[in-house]
Amino acid sequence: MHEHRDDTASKIGMWLFIFTEILLFGGLFIVYAVYRYRNPVAFHLAGEELNVIIGAINTVVLLVSSATIAMAITAMQQGKRRLSVRLLWVTILLAAVFMVNKYFEWGAKFEHGLYPGSDFLYSLSQGDVLFFGLYFAMTGLHALHIIVGAVFILFVIAYIRKGKVHETRWQLLENAGLYWHLVDLIWIFLFPLFYLIH
Amino acid sequence: MPENTHGHPEPSYLEYQGKHKGLKAWIFSTDHKRIGLLYLYTILTFFGIGLLIGLLMKLELIAPGQTIMGPDTYNRFFTLHGVIMIFVVVIPGLPAVFGNFVMPIQIGAPDVAFPRLNLLSWWIYILGILLVLSSLLTGGGAPDTGWTFYAPYSFETGTNMLPAVLGAFTLGFSSILTGLNFIVTIHRMRAPGMSWFKMPLFPWALYGTGWIQLLATPVVGITLLMIVAERTLGIGFFDPDLGGDPILYQHLFWIYSHPAVYIMILPAMGAISEILPAFARKTIFGYRAIVISTLMIAFVGYFVWGHHMFTSGMSGTALYTFSLLTFIVAIPSAIKVFNWISTLHKASINVQTPFYWAISFIFVFMVGGLTGLILGSLATDVHVHDTAFVVGHFHYIVFGGTGFAFLGAMHYWFPKIYGRMYNARRANLGWLIFFIGFNALYSPMFYLGVAGMARRYYDYLPEFHSGNIISSIGAYVMATGLVIIVVNLILGARRGEKAEANPWGGKTLEWSVPSPPPLENFEKIPVVTREPYDYSA
Repeated sequence: MHEHRDDTASKIGMWLFIFTEILLFGGLFIVYAVYRYRNPVAFHLAGEELNVIIGAINTVVLLVSSATIAMAITAMQQGKRRLSVRLLWVTILLAAVFMVNKYFEWGAKFEHGLYPGSDFLYSLSQGDVLFFGLYFAMTGLHALHIIVGAVFILFVIAYIRKGKVHETRWQLLENAGLYWHLVDLIWIFLFPLFYLIH
Repeated sequence: MPENTHGHPEPSYLEYQGKHKGLKAWIFSTDHKRIGLLYLYTILTFFGIGLLIGLLMKLELIAPGQTIMGPDTYNRFFTLHGVIMIFVVVIPGLPAVFGNFVMPIQIGAPDVAFPRLNLLSWWIYILGILLVLSSLLTGGGAPDTGWTFYAPYSFETGTNMLPAVLGAFTLGFSSILTGLNFIVTIHRMRAPGMSWFKMPLFPWALYGTGWIQLLATPVVGITLLMIVAERTLGIGFFDPDLGGDPILYQHLFWIYSHPAVYIMILPAMGAISEILPAFARKTIFGYRAIVISTLMIAFVGYFVWGHHMFTSGMSGTALYTFSLLTFIVAIPSAIKVFNWISTLHKASINVQTPFYWAISFIFVFMVGGLTGLILGSLATDVHVHDTAFVVGHFHYIVFGGTGFAFLGAMHYWFPKIYGRMYNARRANLGWLIFFIGFNALYSPMFYLGVAGMARRYYDYLPEFHSGNIISSIGAYVMATGLVIIVVNLILGARRGEKAEANPWGGKTLEWSVPSPPPLENFEKIPVVTREPYDYSA
């Protein structure tokens, strides 16, 4: 069979997939909104338990990583293949930094007994149970997307090595960038919802 | 692609030899036609299983009291029947089988936009089926919650919920990828000259369906994951003990599952819009009205989910709004019915098996649609909520609508798919028995429901006996018709007469290629200049 290539088609496909991801998180955002509305005081107090500094650092880390992958795409389009690969590695490194921070953050919550199913959490009010349930579910699903996004970028690096992605054929790289921006964007909403609004 | 140098016709997609042989040449094929048939065989297998479960349930209901199974088994049976029929059979149904097989040819394309993703969708679909089936053999056995997995029972029951819920999630993912693939295909691969309003109505229906699959399925996906989190991690999303709200589960579930009804019915309407002009031998009446009503159904269908919950507890304003929107969404469906009937007006109709299916589709769809309005009205819904009336309405729409259209499409595109013809007399006989059995099976349910027989019980009061006898006998009559139909089709596919390229005189592009079509459909991509149903020449 002859090779059929349509970059616009694969870009549209990626955008459509991003719509589905937004709706996937949308379900959780609705649940968050309903329970926040019903338990304003508990959500307010529970939110103060979160570490704003680590959250802020992670926000900056992700924003920078979005910039580096965007630069990687531009570098590839200008034919600077090695620079592009280096920027992709920086993006993955930043993803790893995000996950390490997340590990410490979650670890501290576990130490204080603030995790779903713990006896301590069940002894608190229903609003606290819901807040921390949603916190772990939403940041957990987001962390899973960070891992998926990083693996996607690794694949793109492998494809660049094999010569399947290059300066005249970079749609896959751009799709990885689109996906990474989505992961970033979801965090931009998670951060204020859990850490900032009181 | 084999070169056509010696004047021999190109081998058809059925004969084509790729790098794999035997079964592998099918399950690793990225050809949209072979993938369509993979779906067809899988769906028919599970339709048979779902039907068998249904027949056993009707046998249980043939007399009051316990006949062949107790309440626990009955609960598991109606859950399995629902999960298999909805998630494995009807939702993929027409799009995955005929959408895959016919749509690329109808728009003049050699394949879908992402052939490998298409194959992956089928594999994910198989994985989802295996997950659902694994719930039968492991842990607490088959789930007993009903296919809606309502909270809080879905995380309290001791039966094996996790595989069933994860299976439904996986099947949803497959459905999303199919929808995505079709949307991109229709945007990017229409033949030169085929503007949006020169596109046949079946691809149009798939386009609307694709958007619903894409935008609604993720919501149920995350909802099912919340059930998983609730059961495994004890997060109280929907558990009143932990502050959660079971009604919120119902909202999230129906935000997907109502639009899912349109995933089932829109492609069915699309197939009917193909069959009718071919047998009326004239152009379809109100092409643009049908297109616009397709898009309207896809859009308004998002905002009516609350009509499943009129008795669950909602504010008065919400009730009125959902009821009003439900009536509004009936309008575009009615527009389609008027257009189909107007198409037949003054036509010299070529009465053949697909036409019988199409015309009986209109009948059962109207019965299902009009009884839906009774459920959409607030006052009457309270009376018939959760009764056999709902079961009757639902099956008239989903089984009557999608099932009749599926079998109609099967008889319409059969010569194109296999390059052979089935026996028309046996096909008509099968249709007649099926149609009689279908109505005998489901129409008594309207009476039973109004009289007060609740659904989802293995038992009923003695005064409901006569209606149930008719219904149960109808079920077996319908199954007999189905056996005749399926055997006839299998015989036709094996040793029927060779079919011509265009046995019905259809005008859409799939009838311009040989039966069965060659691997890449067209020797040369056609240039489209005419309207899709131009019978003037």
